[in-house]
Amino acid sequence: MKKLIIAATILCAAVGTAQAKEWKNVRIGIEGAYPPFSWTEPNGEVKGFDIDIANALCEEMKVKCTLVKQDWDGIIPALLARKYDAIIATMDITDERKKKVAFSDKYQHIPARFAAKKGTSIELTEAFMSGKRIGVQRATSMDTYVTDNFPKAEVKRYGTADEAYLDLKAGRIDYVMIDSAAISEGLLNKPGGDAFEFVGPKLNDPKWFGEGAGIAMRKGDTELHAKFNEAIKAIRANGKYKELQDKYFDFDIYGDE
Amino acid sequence: MGFDAIINWFGQIEYFQLLADEWPLYLSGLWTTLWLVAFSLFLGLFIAVPAGIMNNSQNWFVRFPAWAFIYFFRGTPLLIQLFLIYYGAGQFLANNEHPLALLLWPWFQEAWFCALLAFTLNTGAYTAEIVRGSINTMPSGEIEAAKAYGLSRYKIMSRIVLPSAFRRALPAYSNEVIFMLHGSALAGVVTIVDLTGAARIVNSRYYAPFEAFITAGLLYMLTTFVIVFLFKKWEARWHKHLKPLEV
Repeated sequence: MKKLIIAATILCAAVGTAQAKEWKNVRIGIEGAYPPFSWTEPNGEVKGFDIDIANALCEEMKVKCTLVKQDWDGIIPALLARKYDAIIATMDITDERKKKVAFSDKYQHIPARFAAKKGTSIELTEAFMSGKRIGVQRATSMDTYVTDNFPKAEVKRYGTADEAYLDLKAGRIDYVMIDSAAISEGLLNKPGGDAFEFVGPKLNDPKWFGEGAGIAMRKGDTELHAKFNEAIKAIRANGKYKELQDKYFDFDIYGDE
Repeated sequence: MGFDAIINWFGQIEYFQLLADEWPLYLSGLWTTLWLVAFSLFLGLFIAVPAGIMNNSQNWFVRFPAWAFIYFFRGTPLLIQLFLIYYGAGQFLANNEHPLALLLWPWFQEAWFCALLAFTLNTGAYTAEIVRGSINTMPSGEIEAAKAYGLSRYKIMSRIVLPSAFRRALPAYSNEVIFMLHGSALAGVVTIVDLTGAARIVNSRYYAPFEAFITAGLLYMLTTFVIVFLFKKWEARWHKHLKPLEV
């Protein structure tokens, strides 16, 4: 019995390493609730910039990709638990996350911003934000930023950005702080969105928001890491990236080279 | 894998670091859970007793409202009830100039109020059913005896039926209290930082779901243990007459 278990273990390990070198199949974790980067259509299909980027990169790497949907606050734990091999979900490359996962080079860089009812003022000081109700998505870099900088604010954490927009509309919170492109698409350009606007400056302090959004992978998977970096370079060079960007945005979302 | 892995895992300094850093968050989460559950159970009793009595009535007009209330709240999941109250209020009461909406919105605006209301109504319905069943199984001889003494209906209810019914409902009610404690984990979905909410924040900071949730799990277990202990004490006190005699 014991020998059988050992044999099985070796077999598993062998299969595991073989796959690690070949990477014919890559499972990619996505969120599916963060327009315009990823959203779920009524028929269950997932669409968005992240999804298109994932497919373009897989095509470039000549691997077969499977997309796996996962809620945001469990997206890193599920990667570590090998439910998938990479996360393409507009995840900011931050030092905090680097402790757990490895990141590819950035594939986009969009600043975070506050939004509120039209005419709301904002000052990014501890005193002004004291007692203000701020909605963020749990476990995002904006969550960390608000928690660190405004300890006296009332931070409300939501599972998805959409829930935060609902409570902003209802007046349960004074501000939301989310990716600026996500706010445009999910709140401002939606029906009823004209009552709201961006307030305050664009925020991209590397201390909280890192150097942009990258693809997260487990630390050991160095071949996959190299493959993704090459593929990002390739789609930047061959125009595929610009084509996808222009499909969703009317401005440059990559930032400085 | 197996036993060694578990021992290694507990040996990791990181977990104790996590506990050392985050225990205030867990404690405040536990406190939120405790008062939320305690208040909803307390307020729920004020719904449960009248609803339980009404549901036992021979009169259809008295019985129907209680029956419908119990049927609705036992027939739908607590999560749905919480969503209906929280997002329903957001949809219909917010930005509404109707005087009633203006009156109610300051309350419904607060997540804790929505959660308290949902939990109170929910536990009220379940406890009403416990009360009803307990009244139903009242030995008819006791009521006949009370009638023979010429007690009024109110006196029979308050002196004979309810005290006895409450005593007999105790074991079933301890279950309801524990269910409510665990059901309260849903409060986190409407932004309340209860014990589960605290665990989710810790998980999001450390990306360590097992560590984050096992801590919350142990605290829930500890609370349950205290509840079970208290009910055992109460049962020993109020069920003294039912204790088997020592020979």
